[in-house]
Amino acid sequence: MLSLLQKLSSGLQKTRSSLVEGIHRVVNKARGLDAEVLEGLEEQLLLSDMGWETVEQIMEQLRRRASAANAFNAEEILQILKQELNEQLRGVAHGPLNTETAKPYIISVVGVNGAGKTTTIGKLAHLFSTQERKVLVAAADTFRAAAVEQLDVWRHRAGVDIVHAQPGADPAAVAFDALKAAMSRQVDVLLIDTAGRLHTKGNLMAELTKVNKVLERQCAGAPHAVLLVIDAGTGQNGLIQAKEFTKAAPITGLVITKLDGTAKGGIVFSIVRQLGLPICYIGLGEKIDDLEPFEPETFIEALFQ
Amino acid sequence: MFQELSEKFESVLRRLRGQGRLTEANISEALRDVRRVLLEADVNYKIARQFIADVEKRAVGQEVLKSITPGQQVIKIIYDELCKLLGEKEAPLLFSNRLPNAIMLVGLQGSGKTTLAGKLARHLRKKGRNPLLVAADVHRPAAIQQLQVIGKSLDIQTFSEEGRDVPAICRHAIEHARKNMLDTILIDTAGRLHVDDEMMQEVRRVKETVDPTEILFVADGMTGQDAVNTAQAFLQQLDFSGAVLTKMDGDARGGAALSIRAVTQKPIKFLSVGEKLDQLEPFYPDRMASRILGMGDVVSLVEKAQEAVNADQAFRLEKKLRRQEFDLEDFLEQLQQVKKMGPLQDILAMLPGVQNKAFKSMQVDERALIRVEAMIHSMTLAERANPSIINGSRRKRIAAGSGVTVQEINRLLNQFEMMKKMIKMMKHKSGGNRLPFGF
Ligand SMILES: Nc1nc2c(ncn2[C@@H]2O[C@H](COP(=O)(O)OP(=O)(O)OP(=O)(O)O)[C@@H](O)[C@H]2O)c(=O)[nH]1
Ligand SMILES: Nc1nc2c(ncn2[C@@H]2O[C@H](COP(=O)(O)OP(=O)(O)OP(=O)(O)O)[C@@H](O)[C@H]2O)c(=O)[nH]1
Ligand SMILES: [Mg+2]
Ligand SMILES: [Mg+2]
Repeated sequence: MLSLLQKLSSGLQKTRSSLVEGIHRVVNKARGLDAEVLEGLEEQLLLSDMGWETVEQIMEQLRRRASAANAFNAEEILQILKQELNEQLRGVAHGPLNTETAKPYIISVVGVNGAGKTTTIGKLAHLFSTQERKVLVAAADTFRAAAVEQLDVWRHRAGVDIVHAQPGADPAAVAFDALKAAMSRQVDVLLIDTAGRLHTKGNLMAELTKVNKVLERQCAGAPHAVLLVIDAGTGQNGLIQAKEFTKAAPITGLVITKLDGTAKGGIVFSIVRQLGLPICYIGLGEKIDDLEPFEPETFIEALFQ
Repeated sequence: MFQELSEKFESVLRRLRGQGRLTEANISEALRDVRRVLLEADVNYKIARQFIADVEKRAVGQEVLKSITPGQQVIKIIYDELCKLLGEKEAPLLFSNRLPNAIMLVGLQGSGKTTLAGKLARHLRKKGRNPLLVAADVHRPAAIQQLQVIGKSLDIQTFSEEGRDVPAICRHAIEHARKNMLDTILIDTAGRLHVDDEMMQEVRRVKETVDPTEILFVADGMTGQDAVNTAQAFLQQLDFSGAVLTKMDGDARGGAALSIRAVTQKPIKFLSVGEKLDQLEPFYPDRMASRILGMGDVVSLVEKAQEAVNADQAFRLEKKLRRQEFDLEDFLEQLQQVKKMGPLQDILAMLPGVQNKAFKSMQVDERALIRVEAMIHSMTLAERANPSIINGSRRKRIAAGSGVTVQEINRLLNQFEMMKKMIKMMKHKSGGNRLPFGF
């Protein structure tokens, strides 16, 4: 087994040769769509965490389309693949939230532990307040150590108000208070930070359901957006997360965080395909303006870098 | 439950059944399924490929043991290799005589370092050491407070300072530990990306300053393919001494464990299994291998089943199943074998289906088994062979004989009918093959 380990370590140490280069090399050797080219592409997709089922389907489409188009050139094949990936994401309206459809526009942010919820709230608070919207944040993570203090730092950076309670308080009660405050203070956007929770914890998922129910009872149509935050590094579990969170809360869209690293976030292809959820924003760092609206083209381009 | 069990490996079993020797042809197809299982578990693509190639080499030509099917044998080989790759021996924390010992926690953002610092502090104190928590994350908002809250809840000191010179903070922490007779400092560093040169330099300088006994790379157990890139970069820059996988209380299969282990060759020392500070476990390679394969403890179940199920009996049963002659007498025999394998709860825990929600909610009542046994014992042989003759008055008699209600008899007979139907369905699905473990 040691030899395998050594082989792997040395193999991975080599700089990741650009995919396109690799294809050129192979295509020059043998004309046509040979197995090696396809394997190279398949590898790239699998390494992005897309999951074998999605990859298999995409590869099949690619094979069909490439031979129909008589595409032998590496660049052409890659273009077809990108088109195919683009189509996978199509049919759902991705991109930023339109917070002008309600007042207050209520957004709750949910996800597993450490995904980047609180940071994303800080960034969104900043984004909306630069758009001249009056923003309020609610610290409904009453569980994690110093979660309130963390959000408090962010809201100061963004220059917005906060509603919070004692550690251990009922998150639904915090959400309720925040909503009342938002209504009386003429707030445009209310952002609710929730505690990280694994989707396997029934009681915590029920708690999340309750938070959203309380909002809904208080204000018809609320929450207007429920954003599920997914860490770009997440593997196949991301799809299960999305499915389970969708059962517990009316998820309206995704935020993919930590795309400034080397992880590609390919699991969202499976999530979009299976659940039809739009991707609203991506997180690209730890600074307040490291948030961008999601754009399929750029995202797909990044898969091949 | 046996349907669930065979789900993942059903195709493997099907393809390899009834062949005496493992050949390249019959293995490679089965291994394609295994590759998928590994990918689904988030084992890195390249590692999965190498692993499969290696297993294939090892498996070809092996004679198939009489007692098990070739499919089971392949699974056993895969499992054994996986255990080996994951590390054969336990890897406890290392300590030195030069006090204080420093343990650095490093890793990507949000992986669970700060929480782990608390867990390790608690763990070390239980082992008789005097730990000090050191707040070396000056970047994340309220990171210092987070560690302080954790320290306070454990009644363990936290060292922190204003200012942003992290190596200096750590140096002062060491002085503080010396003065206060604290023998182990746990350094909670900021989360950082391996591609962030400035931040990687900061943590390298911390290493130079504190000369740690351990550097633990803390990785989220839900990580996918990228685990190899990050682990390798942290290894190159810091030469960490071990890894910890967090958030393993969820249902992620944890293939990152294999990826990290394979590219770094460093031991995985702990699993973090919850948000509470006592939720820390040692790392067991065999359990991890089962989890990655998504088969619960299938291998030990296979072994147990082999012991408990006498081969002759299994053969007879199989023939009966095939001819659909399975009767209550056989049902009783099966029950007795199941009982021999140990408490049902334990057996269930070994099955892959247990990771499935449906199974979690399924309560196993050992006493129910005993009642079923009693009911069947109160039947005549003719009734056991042909349950359809059990009419109302027979039911009353059996109920009285076994001390149960007629409703319970009805339920048993219904369940038996359902089971027969299920067996029939499984038989069709698997093309008349042997059902797993004699069922
Ligand atoms: N590099 C990078 N780091 C990020 C990004 N978003 C968040 N982080 C970091 O990830 C870590 C966790 O972020 P949080 O916002 O605390 O995550 P959370 O989901 O609120 O965590 P819990 O509330 O504990 O479940 C912090 O160190 C953040 O600075 C991002 O887009 N890029
Ligand atoms: N379910 C579960 N949650 C965990 C576990 N370990 C940590 N967490 C949670 O994951 C989130 C992030 O944990 P932290 O300890 O803050 O992670 P960190 O690596 O210090 O994060 P940064 O300092 O921002 O890089 C928190 O919500 C923790 O409560 C675990 O084993 N299981
Ligand atoms: Mg948070
Ligand atoms: Mg931390």
